[in-house]
Amino acid sequence: MPVDMNSDLNQHISQQFNSELEELRSQLLAMGGAVEKQVSDAIESLIEADSDLALSVRAKDDDVNFMEVSIDEEAARILARRQPAASDLRLVIACTKASTDLERIGDEAAKIARFSMELAEHGEAPRGYVEARHIGTHVRRMVQDALNAFARFDADMALAVAQEDKNVDREYRSAMRELVTYMMEDPRAISRVLNIMWVLRSLERIGDHARNIAEYVIYLVKGTDVRHIGLKRMKAEVFDRSSTEA
Amino acid sequence: MTEAAVAREEAPQEEDIAVKDTAIPESTDMTTETETDSRTHGISLEHLGRGRQKLSLEQEETCLDIKDLNLYYGEKQALFGINMPIPKKRVTAFIGPSGCGKSTLLRSLNRMNDLVDSCRIEGQVMHDEQDIYHKKVDVSDLRRRVGMVFQKPNPFPKSIYENVAYGLRIQGINKRRVLDETVEWALKGAALWEEVKDRLHESALGLSGGQQQRLVIARTIAVKPEVLLLDEPASALDPISTLKIEELINELKDRFTIVIVTHNMQQAARVSDYTAFMYMGQLIEFGDTDTIFTNPREKKTEDYITGRYG
Repeated sequence: MPVDMNSDLNQHISQQFNSELEELRSQLLAMGGAVEKQVSDAIESLIEADSDLALSVRAKDDDVNFMEVSIDEEAARILARRQPAASDLRLVIACTKASTDLERIGDEAAKIARFSMELAEHGEAPRGYVEARHIGTHVRRMVQDALNAFARFDADMALAVAQEDKNVDREYRSAMRELVTYMMEDPRAISRVLNIMWVLRSLERIGDHARNIAEYVIYLVKGTDVRHIGLKRMKAEVFDRSSTEA
Repeated sequence: MTEAAVAREEAPQEEDIAVKDTAIPESTDMTTETETDSRTHGISLEHLGRGRQKLSLEQEETCLDIKDLNLYYGEKQALFGINMPIPKKRVTAFIGPSGCGKSTLLRSLNRMNDLVDSCRIEGQVMHDEQDIYHKKVDVSDLRRRVGMVFQKPNPFPKSIYENVAYGLRIQGINKRRVLDETVEWALKGAALWEEVKDRLHESALGLSGGQQQRLVIARTIAVKPEVLLLDEPASALDPISTLKIEELINELKDRFTIVIVTHNMQQAARVSDYTAFMYMGQLIEFGDTDTIFTNPREKKTEDYITGRYG
């Protein structure tokens, strides 16, 4: 049963259980905030050729990794001690799964930072920055929206994020095509253009992870697992359910 | 790089999408495959209740069919228009807060409520196309077919052997060989044989609580009932004995239809195929256990199983 989780999360007879679930959720959102910052810093370090910023992004990746471990620990403790059911169970599962994807997003951000350091030190790529900025803004907003959807238990917003991933994929492909053409014209730039291609690849992956998180949000709120079923069916499942409730 | 390289760049993307779209039919194929595989081991996953295939009430054969059941204790109505089929050879659990009527409903399935003077019942409970509340029905015969185990183990102050043989002796079976065989079968069925085979003629009261409860289950299944009603069978037992009882329920469901009332929701989640949630004498939700415990339809069910204020 889809529930109004914002008001229901604090309704357990056991206050201790309330605070444990709340703690888990806020840890995840804190991790989300940190990862979001990592992504935007990584993109900025690339655009501004700021290797100090890139260095700090790479250093902070460990914090993100640590947060993933601590979220999983908390989730395992709740599973062992409370045997949560229904929406509580889905919350715990969604949190551990989302933490994995957030950690991956962190890894991708660190990768972007590595390439931006390389580009800053060995000369910038002649092309691709516009695309990186554009796709970067796009996926950053997806991550942000996915986390907001998580915070507000908003399945509609999550669906929008999942749909957005298609656009990112399209932009990524067209940027690739353009860069490949450029490399054919000017083979001397290949190694530098390849670096920016890896950046684009990482950004595209971040979009995929944001979509995954959005899918967990739909599972959490609606109780339906919408992974691997395609957007059309996903939409049908989410909207059919809301219309029968209304 | 050539045109071909460009094409290669694109190809994996499209494959990715294709894989996503076909993922569902593939996994269904896999389920059917594992099912046929499991038959080679003489076990059908379906009957373990642990297969990936979802149980569904529509596909079940009905054993007991409760129709518009109202039950009153004097002026007070305890059950309100209960309608539910009890599926055959499955474990059905009744859960709900104290006083919600789950034990009352369980007891009405073998007419235990007849013993309560002020109790009045409307509606039907169909078993083999026969209403068990019909005047023609012989109550002791009904109770032989629908056996019951209570919260506290209640062995008779007799030997272990005589406890199990009791039901048969009442039926007039006195042949030593038949009795021996049945006692052994029932004790094995109740997972107690290994523990008591060397002291069958000692008093049953010398057994531990968990053993006594399994002895009572053996006594109940010795008369080969069709339905087993378990009223909180493990609530007075320690965790290990509880696990043994739960394991036993899992084994017995191949042969009997089992209905269990329990206060312990995790227990209901562990042992049952179907779960009914009752509240204030009404059946709120009835469905397969996986759904009830992961994504219940009703808000009241959700609140109860997650431990929220109702």
